[in-house]
Amino acid sequence: MLLVSAAAMAQTSQDAGARLAALENSVKSAQSAGDNSWMLISSALVLMMTGPGLALFYGGLVRKKNVLGTMMQSFILMGLVTVIWAVVGYSLVFSEGSPFVGGLRYLFLNGVGAAPNPDYAATIPQQTFMVYQLMFAIITPALISGAFAERMKFSAMLLFMTLWSFLVYFPMAHMVWGKGGFLNASLGGSVPCFDFAGGTVVHITSGVSALVCALYLGRRKGYPHEPMKPHNLVLSVIGACLLWVGWFGFNAGSALAASALATSAFVATHFAAASAALGWTLAEWIRTGKPSVLGAISGCVAGLVAITPASGFVKPFPALLIGFAAGVVCYFMVTKVKSLFSYDDSLDAFGVHGAGGTLGAILTGVFATSLVNDSFRDSAGRVLALGAVDGHGGQVLNQLIGTAIAWGLAIVGTLVILKVCDMILGVRVEPGDETEGLDLSMHGEEAYNLES
Amino acid sequence: MKKIEAIIQPFKFDDVKEAMKAIGIDGMTVSEVRGHGRQKGHKEVYRGQEYEVDLLPKVKLEMVIPDGRLEEVIATLTRSARTGKIGDGKLFVYEVAAAVRIRNDDRGESAL
Repeated sequence: MLLVSAAAMAQTSQDAGARLAALENSVKSAQSAGDNSWMLISSALVLMMTGPGLALFYGGLVRKKNVLGTMMQSFILMGLVTVIWAVVGYSLVFSEGSPFVGGLRYLFLNGVGAAPNPDYAATIPQQTFMVYQLMFAIITPALISGAFAERMKFSAMLLFMTLWSFLVYFPMAHMVWGKGGFLNASLGGSVPCFDFAGGTVVHITSGVSALVCALYLGRRKGYPHEPMKPHNLVLSVIGACLLWVGWFGFNAGSALAASALATSAFVATHFAAASAALGWTLAEWIRTGKPSVLGAISGCVAGLVAITPASGFVKPFPALLIGFAAGVVCYFMVTKVKSLFSYDDSLDAFGVHGAGGTLGAILTGVFATSLVNDSFRDSAGRVLALGAVDGHGGQVLNQLIGTAIAWGLAIVGTLVILKVCDMILGVRVEPGDETEGLDLSMHGEEAYNLES
Repeated sequence: MKKIEAIIQPFKFDDVKEAMKAIGIDGMTVSEVRGHGRQKGHKEVYRGQEYEVDLLPKVKLEMVIPDGRLEEVIATLTRSARTGKIGDGKLFVYEVAAAVRIRNDDRGESAL
């Protein structure tokens, strides 16, 4: 009797063990399915930010004769950067190499498949992580086009973007997000810099590079006395709204999971956009007496830029503050400072992305808190203090170092690349082509054939 | 035959069109133009860049009418286009050498 029931009990506990294991597996795969679906959606959202978000935003701001050329500068990168990324870009950022650039382990996406890469995201296929990061690599160079709008040769731009990806983006992205990167806070960097979704990697590098381009290429013919009004702000408003929505993928997706942290980043992102739009609008209303639509949408973008590095680290009300500060600061950068130094950063890539990104990166050091992000642990597993509000004011210094590296890399890299492109192809269009407009001279097209 | 060219305020166009129809003038060519006489423009500001815009949107009407109806048309048009403020516009009259209906070769006033 006893023997039979002992055997029966053994059988029951074996069943229970198997059922428990099966249950754990299905929980894991449900979490993974949730994470993966959010990450694929985020990837789509970030691509949407480039096309049509940025294409429309920038396109509406230029003169009619340049709208197609401007949109093409964003669109073609969706093709070009994808190929570069697939061949070697992903590897140079995310494989281990030196603290400054990765290696060739993932050349031709070798080994990048369904299996997760636990260094980065343990619950999604590495291929998802790869394609998500690709969308960042696409939009970053596209942002620079705002500085040289209406006067850069298309062929030179393609060469420039290719070289810039290799010389500036891949090293910076590796330093901040790649394993062993010099600034990587999560994976053993010497100077842990908090950059949740790319304030330094995306906005400072592109914004500062934009300034260098604007200075190197020089002002547009007729600037500033000839009127160069936005030809269609309706397009820009649509573009800005697509950027706002897409940014949820950019920031909240950087949680790399459908988690509470993603929610927190989503909220911070939205709050910053909202208060920044109000901040710029208020500043403009006071200074000029009329709150413009262009100001409101520019403000919202400035806030989104500033919250980018902070999004997964700060609470909602600091996010409101960061956004508001960005709205006001970027307003002054774009109106007062630009006219003071009279450089032709045509679409304010530096004024919004360079300045907003720098402000956001530094404020991240102030407001980052483990109450939002408790993933940083010491060797004993205790949660680490993050920013000044946690009592770790020294983080601001780390942020400054990361910011300085981004500035330095952008300035030096961009200057070298511009020189090379200028020698090989010539970067600025001929004056006749500039007057005729890029649409006709570069692409042989007119945007609006409304009489037909 | 006379050709009347009238530059008027865009928001008065409907009034003028209805007034012309009421006196039996159906044919006209309408274009959207920009211009100014003594009317001041306005200021636009884009991200801190100020622009004085002194070319204002107007509507140009062109119509060819029989000689006998000239004064009637001028009176109707000016009455319906007038607001009394600077910017109301101007009207010019030209001689027309010939008029032809393309469909059937009608000439002169019967082509109008």
